[in-house]
Amino acid sequence: MEHWNESDIRRDFPIFSCGRPLIYLDNAATSQRPACVLEAERAFYENCNANPLRGLYELGAEATQQYENARKTVQGFLHAACPEEIIFTRNATESLNLVAYSYALSSLRPGDEILVSILEHHSNLLPWQTAAKQTGAVLRFLECEPDGTLTQERIRQAFTPRTRLAAVTHISNVFGRVNPIREIAKLAHEKGAVLVVDAAQSAPHIPIDVQELDADFLAFSGHKLMAPMGIGVLYGKKELLEAMPPFLTGGEMIERVSRQNAVYAPLPHKFEAGTVNAAGAAGLEAAIRYLEKIGWKRLKEREDRLTGLALAGMKQIPGIRVLGSSDATQHSGILTFTVDGVHPHDVASILDADHIAVRAGHHCAQPLMDYLGVPSAARASIAFYNTEEEIQAFLDSLRQIRRKMGYGESNFLS
Amino acid sequence: MENRTFYHEILIDHNMHPAHKHPLAGAQLELEGVNPSCGDDIVLRLQIKDGIITDGAFEGSGCAISQASADMMLDLVIGKTKEEASRLYDMFLRMLQGRALPEEIDELEEAACLQDVSRMPARVKCAVLGWHTLEELLEKDN
Repeated sequence: MEHWNESDIRRDFPIFSCGRPLIYLDNAATSQRPACVLEAERAFYENCNANPLRGLYELGAEATQQYENARKTVQGFLHAACPEEIIFTRNATESLNLVAYSYALSSLRPGDEILVSILEHHSNLLPWQTAAKQTGAVLRFLECEPDGTLTQERIRQAFTPRTRLAAVTHISNVFGRVNPIREIAKLAHEKGAVLVVDAAQSAPHIPIDVQELDADFLAFSGHKLMAPMGIGVLYGKKELLEAMPPFLTGGEMIERVSRQNAVYAPLPHKFEAGTVNAAGAAGLEAAIRYLEKIGWKRLKEREDRLTGLALAGMKQIPGIRVLGSSDATQHSGILTFTVDGVHPHDVASILDADHIAVRAGHHCAQPLMDYLGVPSAARASIAFYNTEEEIQAFLDSLRQIRRKMGYGESNFLS
Repeated sequence: MENRTFYHEILIDHNMHPAHKHPLAGAQLELEGVNPSCGDDIVLRLQIKDGIITDGAFEGSGCAISQASADMMLDLVIGKTKEEASRLYDMFLRMLQGRALPEEIDELEEAACLQDVSRMPARVKCAVLGWHTLEELLEKDN
């Protein structure tokens, strides 16, 4: 591919040339955005800004067409059967809440079981806690191994005849490991349950085929995928979405409204109340096109190589412990780690002094961190636009941390 | 060169070798302070006689800033009256909001080394944990 030149890729991202010293290793929190995405968002407002889905004039029709084209691009990106299965939301959190409030509240009965994995980000846990409380359903957990693996045995044991809904992340934001979604979907369907997949971490790293996975619902955020903040996606199987009541009601989601009643619009607009984020959708479309131009194979090769470099270096530094697999290809660029004797917030602050951005804390996965016995950890997350020099700088900075915090070379806490 | 770290020697030393991090038998006042989002957790204990803080200690765990700040705070307030301690609390808070006068910052002695934390809002709550706990404890004693 003519486009796989490292310096060209760096130039695609304005933030790396704005003069700010920055080694950005917090890509799992939000990615950086290439100029083509920013231009697409701006182009919508500059060239065809009108309220989509209702204008009876040419500009409005163009705005609508752009918005619906973006939906078709997302359909292709997820390999969904039809564009009506793609609902635009604000982010993965809103997508998951849509399923909880619309599907779960209207279909769960007291004593039904919701199964969530212990790996979940709070955004794929709290909606189910709420749904369980409101319906009388029971929230049960699918436990992981200490290295973040969901074993076949645990998965089989976790499902019961009462399981009606399972919610599992495609890739954990702490471990970076890819979960066996297809196997989980098969078991869920055998029990008559639906499977909700949180693809917030997987969408930027691996190709997703919702039909092959046989997921019933799947959610992701645009902003982790280089799209603007404020645009997200919910995929749902058409027959499920059609049977569900709307989540939010109001403008742009109706056919006809009388004083006491309303006839809702067909899919997908039934779930898109209010003026939509059409410029965000245009940005998401551009981000997907950009990813396609890079290509999944090259992206994975590069991310695995950079992650391998980081992981190998971290293993050499005394006092650093990396959670999860010892195989870099199982991390999706996510390296969650602790430094013996140094609080993760101090780790992040010391790295920040060297202009290195990492996340530190509980990673919005407090039940998981409790289960692992690691109250808090730092996380470096790598994207294809990071460089070997950046990884080396990260390792150099990491090597200094214990010394900077007053520990001698041999002075380890056990 | 721009100084981007607030991990000075003073802070490191108070974190690694705190003078006041120990149990305090017979303390009249005890209160736990927690920052749930970061897991900083301290238990502050004080002895007060005739309105004067005669002794104090803390135990807990958390980041270096929270632990060192509590230790520096006790250096400052032991031997002071409750009113003086409250005044120092007020000055320390204003220092972290960037609103303290230079002479006030001087009065905070070693705790003044935490003034750069003010430009990192996410860490301010670590630096003030011990102080908030102190103020709450003093109010309870009234």
